[in-house]
Amino acid sequence: MRDVAVIGVGMMKWGELWEKSLRDIFVESALEAVKDAGVDRIDSMYVGCMSSGLFVGQEHLGSLLADYLGMGPIPALRVETACAAGGAAFKQAVMEVGSGMSDIVLAGGVEKMTDIGGDGATFALATAADAEYEVYNGVTFPGLYAMMAVAHMDAYGTTREQLAAVSVKNHANGAKNPHAQYPFELTVDRVLNSVMIADPLTILDCSPITDGAAAVIVCPLDMAKDLTKNKPIKVLASTHATDTIALHSREDIAWLGAVAKAGELAYAQAGLSPSDIDLAEVHDCFTIAEVCAIEALGFFERGKGGASAESGETAIGGRIPVNASGGLKSKGHPVGATGIAQIIEVTKQLRGEADKRQVEGARIGMTQNMGGTGGSCVVHILGAE
Amino acid sequence: MSTSARYWREIPQRYRYEGAKCKSCGKISFPPRVVCKSCGGREFEKVELAKQGKLLTHTVIRVGPSQFADQTPYAVGVAELDDGVRMTAMIADVDFEELKVGMPVKLEFRKVRDEGEAGIICYGYKFVPVR
Repeated sequence: MRDVAVIGVGMMKWGELWEKSLRDIFVESALEAVKDAGVDRIDSMYVGCMSSGLFVGQEHLGSLLADYLGMGPIPALRVETACAAGGAAFKQAVMEVGSGMSDIVLAGGVEKMTDIGGDGATFALATAADAEYEVYNGVTFPGLYAMMAVAHMDAYGTTREQLAAVSVKNHANGAKNPHAQYPFELTVDRVLNSVMIADPLTILDCSPITDGAAAVIVCPLDMAKDLTKNKPIKVLASTHATDTIALHSREDIAWLGAVAKAGELAYAQAGLSPSDIDLAEVHDCFTIAEVCAIEALGFFERGKGGASAESGETAIGGRIPVNASGGLKSKGHPVGATGIAQIIEVTKQLRGEADKRQVEGARIGMTQNMGGTGGSCVVHILGAE
Repeated sequence: MSTSARYWREIPQRYRYEGAKCKSCGKISFPPRVVCKSCGGREFEKVELAKQGKLLTHTVIRVGPSQFADQTPYAVGVAELDDGVRMTAMIADVDFEELKVGMPVKLEFRKVRDEGEAGIICYGYKFVPVR
């Protein structure tokens, strides 16, 4: 495999973008990434998207988006692993460049979630769970993560306040991110007293419904200095693992097996350990998800992730800053775009371009993007050259 | 809306609680699988699930999908049955304050949801507390 580098990133402000269509938001971000890299062509493209069919009634995104980007007839492929689609699209792009098949590849992600009503969005998101044996019986996505939270609280004594602190920390970071959908600060009391969605998770424990896209450009590391003026960010590890789709089939309801597996493989691939990571962007679709992810990635012992945000260890300036971007919670969660936005945040941090949320001296960063209740997980480690 | 085939195909599991017991390692798969998850075995015998178990976790869904609008809010849980099978179901006839990890529950055959005026009335199992 050739070494691969990220040389361009592009994303616009996320939110409820009523005036813009799926193709509009994707093309904006993709053009921004092409401009940032300074390349004059792309050879191939991958697009992560969970469910354009259900959200906007459009499949066949490869053709649509290559066409509207003005890049036809390049090969373009849509990638789907539920909410991990963006991370998986990036992994495919890394493989294509690493293998020598192509030199300049765009990895993007997009989800247009507000063209359908709230009930339609709930239905579309629920398709990431087992349709016949979970969703049939009335469970929703907040419900599944709520059950992980109850199991974690019961086994380890994790508290509601500790979960709320994750949301407070991520909103404090997101308030410094110009692309965030909800760039405002919260308090623990406000999280606890907001509307209950699935006990014990309130609406402020949940990531929002978001329209958004994101794109990056990758190329062989040894070509980077000829192609771009940007500091190239090297891909040190690119891994992927799966777990049972149904939460109930897992031995431990409060443990993310696919995250642990993809994490172990990533540390082995990069020759690193958790203590070498300077910052991590993890998949906090719900507050409990961040707690479980940072345990599975080895930043905290099993069962000890609950106190992470409350103690300040995962804040910017803490032992291991987690979700400096604001995470899915504050930045927004257009599902297919999330994994790419994580790569963008780490790239900006390693370039030293993260402005008010810069993690000082960051050299190595990790991204962890998962689908469903952790049935798919993609992990990447990036390093400043 | 799906065709009725999608519904009646699952009837053995939902109405009769049928699982598949691996002939080589004894692990029960629910729903049945072609390949045993624990040993890779391919031969199974049909078994009826244990109808009692304990809650491993639970929640109360306060914002439910439209097919469940008439039941919202409702409790949902994951239970492990006495034969080791784990499943997700609604918890019926329960005060939400009673919900507790480890709570004994039994399976009961209930109406799960309906698909509107012209659709299927869907049945299946729900958990009910054992008192």
